Amino acid sequence: MKIAVSSSAPNLESSVDLRFGRAKYFIIYDTNDNTFYVIDNIQNLEAAQGAGVQAAQHVLNENIDALITGHCGPKAFKILSPAGVKIFTGLDGAIKENIEKFKNNKLKEALKADVESHWV
Amino acid sequence: MKIAIASGKGGTGKSTIALNLAYILTQEDNITLLDCDVEEPNCYLFLKPEFADNKKVYRNIPEFSNEKCTGCGKCVQLCQFNCLALVKNKIICFPELCHDCGGCKLICPTNAVTESKQEVGAVEYAQINNLNFVHGKLRISEAMSPPLIKEVKNYANNFKNAKLQIIDCPPGTSCPVIAATEDADYALMVTEPTPFGLNDLKLAVDMVKELNIPFSIVINRSTKENDHIIETYAKQNNIKIAAKIPDSMKAAQVYSKGELIVKEMPEFEQYFEPITLLIKDLVK
Repeated sequence: MKIAVSSSAPNLESSVDLRFGRAKYFIIYDTNDNTFYVIDNIQNLEAAQGAGVQAAQHVLNENIDALITGHCGPKAFKILSPAGVKIFTGLDGAIKENIEKFKNNKLKEALKADVESHWV
Repeated sequence: MKIAIASGKGGTGKSTIALNLAYILTQEDNITLLDCDVEEPNCYLFLKPEFADNKKVYRNIPEFSNEKCTGCGKCVQLCQFNCLALVKNKIICFPELCHDCGGCKLICPTNAVTESKQEVGAVEYAQINNLNFVHGKLRISEAMSPPLIKEVKNYANNFKNAKLQIIDCPPGTSCPVIAATEDADYALMVTEPTPFGLNDLKLAVDMVKELNIPFSIVINRSTKENDHIIETYAKQNNIKIAAKIPDSMKAAQVYSKGELIVKEMPEFEQYFEPITLLIKDLVK
């Protein structure tokens, strides 16, 4: 399975970025072979509006199966959910630990957005 | 002649200045007052008009045909407002983010994009003695005000009997303010002598400079103790202070009752005189 984790730095030791749309980086982690690569999110970090929409598109283009993040708004949810991506919100702390929890089925899937949308 | 009343900071007295100026100037001539703060228009609270017209305003939003769309994603790449996403070869659109640029329709290779109309709000018009009054009311939950502001301005251009338009602008320095201000011949930057007032005044001054609009400052709620906050900045930057409207509890009370200050307190008209002279000079 491929997971995207919103991240404040491009490594597994850093913490989960609480923001999804305006996260600095996404760690794309493959649980099959325990490898990862990093994609940056600068373009959306600086977007005037619609950062969540484009961040969702951005991680979807990596063919992910799950997302681990702090908060996920309704627009990103509306894109990721029909694409079959399992979303895990309310998470913080080390990325490594969260990935371990995910592997051991210890994370609870979010069934709806946990924050309200903002327009601009 | 179009005169924008702008500020940066909200609550500095844009509408107060616009309304009282309009009242003074209509004693002699026909003028048009535009309340372009369409997110929360307030001039009508003081004018209490009977509106003679209510015209709904719409904007286009794109719709995508699933039959025709091949999922090429060109529209998603093009959209500068991040309102489109491609999920499982289908477009998901967030119309509340759409700025009606029409780009997705133009770039679509299979003509899968059509446009439908969404109500943005309404333009209302009233005639009050010598005053043509036009304002916009944004539909509740609508986020895009510039299309409505532009319609308020188009509507106001119908009044050929008025040589002067006074435009009460929204606060801030973003798209709605640009839409209200961009074609003005002159801007009055209303501020208050506080650090907050100064901070936002600077941003608004940068904006009108960028738009190449000549301007001067009006200090509202002016006091001897605090005016230096604005005066020092104005002097350093060679900006004219057109007028100072004194801080007055009585004026605040008149305002809070929805009355016009110069009408209830004629002694206040003298503070507006430098502005009316400046405007008369511009209109000449």
